[in-house]
Amino acid sequence: MTNNILIGMAAISAIWLVRNLWVILLGLPDEAAQGAIYRIIFFHVPSWFTCFTLFLVSGVTSAYAIAKRNYKGDSLAVAATEVGLVFTTIGLVTGMIWARIIWGIWWTWDARLTWAFITFLIYAGYLLMRRMIEEPSERLRVTGVLSVFAFASVVITYKAIDWWRTQHPGPVLSIRTGGGNMDPAMERMLYVNFIPLLMLAAVLVVIRFRQEERQREVDGLRRIAYTH
Amino acid sequence: MLRQAWAVFQKDIRMEFRGKEALNAAVAFALVVLILFSFAIDPTSEELREMSGGLLWILFAFSGVLLLNRSFSREQANDTLDVLMSLRVRPSALLLGKAWANLIFILLVEAICLPVFGVLYNIDITGQPGWLLLTLLLATWAIAVVGTVFAAMTVNLRLRELMLPVIVYPMIIPALAGAIRLTNLALTGAPPAGDDWIWVRLLIGFDIIFTALALGLIDFILVD
Amino acid sequence: MTLLSAQKVGKFFGSFPALRALSFTVERGQCVALLGRNGAGKTTLLRILGGLSRPTDGGLQSQARISILGHGIGVYDELSARQNLDFFAALSPVAINTAAWLEKVNLTQVADAPLREYSRGMRQRLALARTFMGEPELLLLDEPFTSLDDKATALLQTLLGEALQRGAAVVLSTHQIPEAMTLATHVLFLERGKLAFAGPRPAEMLQDPGWLYRNYGAVA
Repeated sequence: MTNNILIGMAAISAIWLVRNLWVILLGLPDEAAQGAIYRIIFFHVPSWFTCFTLFLVSGVTSAYAIAKRNYKGDSLAVAATEVGLVFTTIGLVTGMIWARIIWGIWWTWDARLTWAFITFLIYAGYLLMRRMIEEPSERLRVTGVLSVFAFASVVITYKAIDWWRTQHPGPVLSIRTGGGNMDPAMERMLYVNFIPLLMLAAVLVVIRFRQEERQREVDGLRRIAYTH
Repeated sequence: MLRQAWAVFQKDIRMEFRGKEALNAAVAFALVVLILFSFAIDPTSEELREMSGGLLWILFAFSGVLLLNRSFSREQANDTLDVLMSLRVRPSALLLGKAWANLIFILLVEAICLPVFGVLYNIDITGQPGWLLLTLLLATWAIAVVGTVFAAMTVNLRLRELMLPVIVYPMIIPALAGAIRLTNLALTGAPPAGDDWIWVRLLIGFDIIFTALALGLIDFILVD
Repeated sequence: MTLLSAQKVGKFFGSFPALRALSFTVERGQCVALLGRNGAGKTTLLRILGGLSRPTDGGLQSQARISILGHGIGVYDELSARQNLDFFAALSPVAINTAAWLEKVNLTQVADAPLREYSRGMRQRLALARTFMGEPELLLLDEPFTSLDDKATALLQTLLGEALQRGAAVVLSTHQIPEAMTLATHVLFLERGKLAFAGPRPAEMLQDPGWLYRNYGAVA
């Protein structure tokens, strides 16, 4: 991705986000049961979509990286995971703020929040492992495998927690409190906000990817320098 | 491949039973935690029965992981892993043999802890022995297979004893959830009914998926 | 007959080139001395030849039954000598008489004691039994003469001679050049990951161990 495209995407996503923010804060009406705070959902839910997409990218890229011993794939995987973790955190924090305002408590064992916390831990473990393995080819293989496992786990955990919640019901963070119908304008905004967030994520991933590639090159040159 | 896995399984069992250090440590650890539980919760309460699945599986997961690191660290001491690879032992055979051995080790710890738990907390563990056994097998295999492949990943790290639990526990949460649910049922004497079957399917599905992943990906971990 | 063939084998660790474009073959009956300074890539190459590591570039063909002896002795301390050999024998496609091998390395008396109780020399002899017992066609030895006592060294030389006689090939890396030169029929000389010399053992090396380093060393 050339610099121009990157800057272009960053600009578009920034403008779009600002426009969405305007619509969210001023354009949409208040929600019946929850008042003004529900608006946080427009960042809360798209953050999940984004982080899930990024972890999917990481899993697929890792599978490619380990199959072909491809270091670019490795760099892309770590970039996608790091940005994914950021969006997971955004989802967690927005969720906690929402819960605090609606129920007065910081945490609720809502299915999404619980899943996000577990996902956060899984990928935080991935980043820890990356830090601990210095040798690049070993790091590629080991964390690549971990990333594939992680994505499988993320998917299975999602279903498992849903089932657990049906047997142990509790507070749920959603505006579908009635059981299904969200105002169409609101629903549209959920998806509409997803796109600029995804663009922003893509920009961040590319930046991080380049940085990782450069770091790899520097490390390689350093090793050559030391052995001669 | 199965022949090789069996040879590795026998060898790991023999090695551990020679000294039994890790098994003893794991059992001792588990018993200590069982006692600690009695301070954390009221041992005479009625609700204990509802919580016993959770307590037990936390216990088994913790003491199980203590045993898992040894799978590959015992191949490092004298570079025996290199010898095995050069003899063209398939990595999947190595994984399977070691996972079987770990299954046996963890089941052993569980077999000791369950009666002790039953006695200490006055809970009848014989209500549904068939279901209990099935749950133990399915869930312990989940811990063993994920734990063994991750042990291969962490074996070269300085902090391997810390990192293995960190990466294993979040991954096995779905299996533990199913195990906890089914164990609670079994300890109250009721067989799974209606909704509860999801958990059996979850455990089986988890085992199949993660065993397939482990067998498929172990090559990348062990071969440079 | 060619037991192993390497074409332009290269190995990168990240961006670091540990081995570059190595091409050579190993034929039956050859005893190849792998020479080079520390860090030249000898252990990396041996690992690739042994199937422990995959080359990043180039190709390697070998159908031979391989046996390795590295820095670690490759046997389990927690088991006895007999249990160790029985285990490795179970993994071998060739039928092995482990009792005969225990006899050959003089460990029958103590065969059932755990290795922990062995002296260092006894452990080395067991390692040699483990290495040679499966009738390997290609032996890869990483600095085998280092830290061997006299008895074990003599045993190793005997076993090497027998293996070469029956048509196996040996690749051994070493810093102890004089001993290796008496055994070696061929030499591979690695310098900074590149093959500076590959061919029959030059006669000059018998009198002058540094000959190769001076004449072929310091490749850019």
